Amino acid sequence: MSKQEYTVTVYTENQVGLLNRIAIIFSRRKINIDSLNTSPSEVAGVHRFTIVINETEDVVRKLCRQIEKQVEVLKAYYNTNDEIVWQELAMYKVPTDVIAEKVKVERLLREYGARAVAIRKDYIVFETSGHREEIDALIKALEPFGLIEFVRSARVAIIKTSNGFHEKLKEFEYREPSEEVIENEYLNETEKEKIFSM
Amino acid sequence: METIHKIKSNTSEQKTSKPPLQGTERENISGSEAVMRALACEKVDTIFGYPGGAIMPIYDALYDHVKKVNHILVRHEQGAIHAAQGYARTSGKVGVVFATSGPGATNLVTGLADAMIDSTPVVCVTGQVYAHLLGTDAFQETDVINITTPVTKWNYQVTDATEIPSVMAKAFYIAGSGRPGPVVIDITKNAQLQKFDFDGYKKIDHIRSYRPKPIVRKKYVEEAAKLINSAEKPFVIFGQGVILGKAENEFKQFIEKGGLPTAWTIMGMSAIPTDHPLAVGMLGMHGNYGPNVLTNDCDVLIAVGMRFDDRVTGRLDKYAKQAKVIHLDIDPAEIDKNVKTTVSVWGDCKETLPLLTELIEQKVHPQWLERFHEFQKKEEETCIIPELNPTSETLSMGEVIKLLNELTHGDAVMVTDVGQHQMVACRYTKLNHTKSNITSGGLGTMGFALPAAIGAKFGAPNRTVIAVIGDGGFQMTIQELGTVMQSQVNIKIIVLNNNFLGMVRQWQQLFHDRRYSFVEISSPDFVQVAKGYHIDGRCVSKREELNDALTAMLDHKGPYVLEVMVGKENNVFPMVPQGCSVAEIRLK
Ligand SMILES: Cc1ncc(C[n+]2csc(CCOP(=O)(O)OP(=O)(O)O)c2C)c(N)n1
Repeated sequence: MSKQEYTVTVYTENQVGLLNRIAIIFSRRKINIDSLNTSPSEVAGVHRFTIVINETEDVVRKLCRQIEKQVEVLKAYYNTNDEIVWQELAMYKVPTDVIAEKVKVERLLREYGARAVAIRKDYIVFETSGHREEIDALIKALEPFGLIEFVRSARVAIIKTSNGFHEKLKEFEYREPSEEVIENEYLNETEKEKIFSM
Repeated sequence: METIHKIKSNTSEQKTSKPPLQGTERENISGSEAVMRALACEKVDTIFGYPGGAIMPIYDALYDHVKKVNHILVRHEQGAIHAAQGYARTSGKVGVVFATSGPGATNLVTGLADAMIDSTPVVCVTGQVYAHLLGTDAFQETDVINITTPVTKWNYQVTDATEIPSVMAKAFYIAGSGRPGPVVIDITKNAQLQKFDFDGYKKIDHIRSYRPKPIVRKKYVEEAAKLINSAEKPFVIFGQGVILGKAENEFKQFIEKGGLPTAWTIMGMSAIPTDHPLAVGMLGMHGNYGPNVLTNDCDVLIAVGMRFDDRVTGRLDKYAKQAKVIHLDIDPAEIDKNVKTTVSVWGDCKETLPLLTELIEQKVHPQWLERFHEFQKKEEETCIIPELNPTSETLSMGEVIKLLNELTHGDAVMVTDVGQHQMVACRYTKLNHTKSNITSGGLGTMGFALPAAIGAKFGAPNRTVIAVIGDGGFQMTIQELGTVMQSQVNIKIIVLNNNFLGMVRQWQQLFHDRRYSFVEISSPDFVQVAKGYHIDGRCVSKREELNDALTAMLDHKGPYVLEVMVGKENNVFPMVPQGCSVAEIRLK
């Protein structure tokens, strides 16, 4: 099994300390978190973590089980990049005089769909959102023109096949949830066959 | 306890009889008192603890409850948590610990790690500095929540007393349910002192984000049964899950119906009597010959409530590769973690085992069982007989255990520390009853046995509790003799003294060319030390004295320390050397 990028989506109760509890599941195994985002979810009171790592599926599956084992975690999913829609946001601070003088830069920004979010006499802050490669490409292009400061956000991702967490959560509130909730997504039939052959 | 229920029911009666007055009848109590009420409602009868500045309000509240709950003052907080573990392991209940902030709390960490890896239910209440001082490096402030996060099943800091009833209810529910584990509740001093309107204590049995028991899916039980029924060389291996799930009877019925040869991990030991006709011994690095070798020969391996620790599996890529593996476990994270399963049956084995038993055919496997016995014979010749009936002048650890078996008839609780004596004791002890083998299996914590034996005795007051400890491990928590003295804990302590950190010395002999690097350890006169604590004791080194000494120890009313001088350079065999497969187990 080879490593690839996986996006782990975790639904949790919002609780102080849970961030640490989840983070140490990775650090204990010396697994680098490429990006981590916490935010509210579509359900009031339920938190959503989006974590990006580069690992084999076997490792990611085990990590998700360890995450789900935490008392305050409702559910953990993992997806490859083609199973999600994802974005990262970046901001670039560029000297105003360069922008004013060099038309080329302006064209560049237009090309990359950048938006000015702050314009000052001395500098302009642009913002783009997109995939990592697009953002990286713009940095490269801006570097020769005196990029003063750059920052990129963590990844946020939507799972293409997800129907949201509302229905699932209702199930969690029952004392005797249906098999569907209990079922570990990662151990369905096809998966089992894979394990068989190993 | 009764009075508390009375108070509660009075309140509700008043509530129903009078028009609602916005809860003015609610009792106004302190956070500390709420802690004590919670313990009463959880039927806690024993607390192991040590006071200090940040937990003084709770100790003050405890003062009013000492008639109903027994507080055991230990000599070090590590002793408190190991005692709580011992208590939990013999009683099947949740162990409870009190400790103060800072050093009190950090002293718990080893025990928390031990309880975490050995799935022992413990609730630790730690005092914490005032909430307004958090993060200021106040006197005796440590970040207890972050220090304990990796070694707790759950932890929580309370800064407001009104949270105490619900948080304590969660703590007990989480610690004891599903796969049990340790919980830390860190309560700031202001919350302990704060008065609030107490609305009664409600035990809980549901947290929406927490699934202690996976739903049993019959389909997998059926698949497992099919595999077992088709097996010619089925082999059952089990761990502590059988004991934690209180499924000893269900397990026995299962193996007996299927005629299944059965071996235990060190943590599973005693779930079935050690002399059960289908019992083939212990797995693991110093386990028995047959079960280790035949793991790599069976056709269906059925693992129940165990987690395939590396001390059990040896080299993983050569572990049971020929076998179809069935794994019954309550914790989904254990499935396929180390060993890929063919069929996994998630669930509480108390529920899954009867379903499985119903579907398997009544069978016997005499030839297959005979294979185990053949290996047993070989092991007897090369390892067991020399250990139990040594010809050497010096005593062996094994002969002490053998004599002990004859005197206790297998009815005692055996608490062991960590090292050669632990392996010898677990290899040779006869145990008839469940919850009788108390040892630090996963963490291998030296110093565990003495405090754990203290707790084990409180958890099973009517049973004989014997602690078998090495001269090294005894000196790690020897201060708990003070606890034995003060609380008059009737435990029998056997120190097997080989003047070495024996297990490490054995490895240095076998794998480091006998370069004995810092394994020679001197000891005080243990009998004199015991005497200093007003505990009777004796030291023996001759075979002729042994029977008499053990009998005297067992007959003695009250605690006793028996030091037995044993051969200095004896080794424990068989042994699966690290990095080798279970089939490469060495007999010498
Ligand atoms: C707290 C702790 N420190 C170190 C070790 C490593 N260790 C494992 S066994 C052992 C030797 C134990 O010696 P002793 O208590 O005399 O028992 P023996 O092996 O001689 O029976 C040591 C040092 C450990 N398990 N726990």
